Formats: sequence, C-alpha cells, structure tokens
Amino acid sequence: MNAEITSSPGIQADPLQLADRTFRSRLLVGTGKYSDSATMNAALEASGCEVVTVAIRRVDLGSDDNLLTHLDRDRYFLLPNTAGCFNAEDAIRVCHLSRELGLGEWVKLEVLGDEKTLLPDPIGTLEACKTLVSEGFKVLVYTSDDPVLALRLQDAGATSVMPAGSPIGSGQGILNPNSLSIIIEQLEVPVIIDAGVGTASDVTIAMELGAEGVLLNTGIAGAKDPVAMAHAMRSALDAGWFAARAGRIPRRRYAKASSPMEGIVGE
Amino acid sequence: MNQHNRSAATIEVRLNGKSHTLPQGSTVAELIVSLPVEPTAIAVEQNRQIVPRSLHPATTIEAGDELEVVTIVGGG
Repeated sequence: MNAEITSSPGIQADPLQLADRTFRSRLLVGTGKYSDSATMNAALEASGCEVVTVAIRRVDLGSDDNLLTHLDRDRYFLLPNTAGCFNAEDAIRVCHLSRELGLGEWVKLEVLGDEKTLLPDPIGTLEACKTLVSEGFKVLVYTSDDPVLALRLQDAGATSVMPAGSPIGSGQGILNPNSLSIIIEQLEVPVIIDAGVGTASDVTIAMELGAEGVLLNTGIAGAKDPVAMAHAMRSALDAGWFAARAGRIPRRRYAKASSPMEGIVGE
Repeated sequence: MNQHNRSAATIEVRLNGKSHTLPQGSTVAELIVSLPVEPTAIAVEQNRQIVPRSLHPATTIEAGDELEVVTIVGGG
C-alpha cells in the first residue's frame, strides 16, 4: 500500500481507527510521573496525542493537589487504566468506578501477575477481558508478547491487543520483535505496543514491525526534557509508520555500490 | 440539633481504608461536600457497591460502612 505523501510540511501517519472511533494520533500517552502540570500539558501537546491514559485512585483526603485537574479534558480522550490490579475482580471493579466517573466504556485493562516484573497475569487478564466485553466495555488489553494469548484476547472481544515491548517503565525498548511481528501478522484487531519504550527509535521499530500504534508514559515523563522527547516520539512514530508502508530493501551480507560501476575515471 | 450540643451523635466508618467520624444520619452527598475534592470528579462505593451520583443525596451512611471515594489521577 502507498502512503498518501503530500508536499505539506509535517506530514503524518493516518489516523488510528479503534472500534467505531477515529483518533488523530497513533501515539497514546500516559499522564503519570510528571513533575508538574505545566510540563505534562506541554509534553502532551508536543506528542500530538489524542488518547491519554489515566488511573483511578482513592481521593487523597489530605490534599487536593492533583495534576489532572489541570488537564484540558476537552482536548484529550481519557483512557482509564486498571494499573495496580492483581486479579480480574479488582480490575473489573476499577472499570465500574471509571464508568461511574463519567469516563465511558473505554478501558485499558491491566491485570498484573508479579510486582517485580509487572508482567501480566495471563489467566486473570483473559478472564477480566471476557467479563468486561460482555458488559459492553471497549477493552484495550495490556498483555505479554505471547502470540497465543494475543489470539485468545482477540477471541474474547478485545478492541485492541497491546503487547509490551519490554517490562513497564524499563526503557528496554522492543525486546522480542519476532513474537511481536507474529502477533501483528496474526491478529485482525489493531495491535498497539504498550510499555517499555525508552527512546524514539523504539517507537519507530514498533511501527516498522507493523503496529497500529504505541502507548508510552515513562519514556516521555522520565526524560530529562519531556517536551523535547514527546516531540521526538511523535516524529519517530510517523517515521516508522511511513517506513512500514514504504517497503524496505532486503538485507544483504555484502555491499552493493550505489554509484555506477561503469565509467570510473582512470579505469 | 443544637450545634453546640456536645452529645451530638456520631458514627464511625471506614473511609478509603481509614477510620472516619461522621454525624449520624449523614448522606453520601453530605460526606462528599465535607471532603477536599471537586464533588463532580469522584465516584463512591458503599460496602463495595457503587452509589450512583443521582442517589448520593438519598443514600444514608450507616455506622461501620466501608466507603471508597475515588478520582482520576495521572497514570500510564
């Protein structure tokens, strides 16, 4: 397929289609770990994202200082996560609270299996996905890079399957491109690479593998200059999206000259 | 009830995992306005059951209730 390339500056990837909604950016950005709300808002803007993830937590009764009160809710699509849930029941409970908070039916489902690795619990994740789909939720589900589980989650009705590139917050990038490319090839629902992104090239690699999008948080929020990194991530996503459609050259073991080998001076 | 009445009846509940004292007969709506939160930005569970916003004024809190008041925060 050919990307529509125009001569206008700032060409970008096509919008992201998820279920019945179209989002202007394929970069989904988390709102955690920012030092202050001004930095967060500037970084979100620089990233060009539309979907931002948020968490549901107990109100802090000792303080009303919440960065999200400064977020422009009209500008972004808030995708609540179930981060911190270690079983299906808790994750489903958080989704119900999220709906009551007015966040609608869209959720990023995480059912974690281990505190140290933050790897998903595959059984709890699948169970929660089935229940939430039956209750009408649009489930974007965080999973490992297991191709079989990814298929099971698709069968369970997930709106998007979101395998981790590497452990959450680890910044290790794309550790298993082979499994991720198998998942991308096998699934019909959009695959979004979620977690592990450390720098811009990781986003490009994910998109070159054929991912429909990338979800990240720490890679931007934890950078020395989050706004500059957000800009880099945005450009990297577009770069990878175009490269995936451009059709790369085959890898060769030996060199192949770019300039003609005929008519070389002095021959 | 006379506000200076020291014997005004109160009840103990669990609010977000901690002990909390409320006037007897308080409703969920009254609890929320007493907290340092924007009332529209929260969701409430009473004994693990969500109390829909429309029912906050009519829902009375009983001694020993377990209440969760949650909001949206930054996350990944």
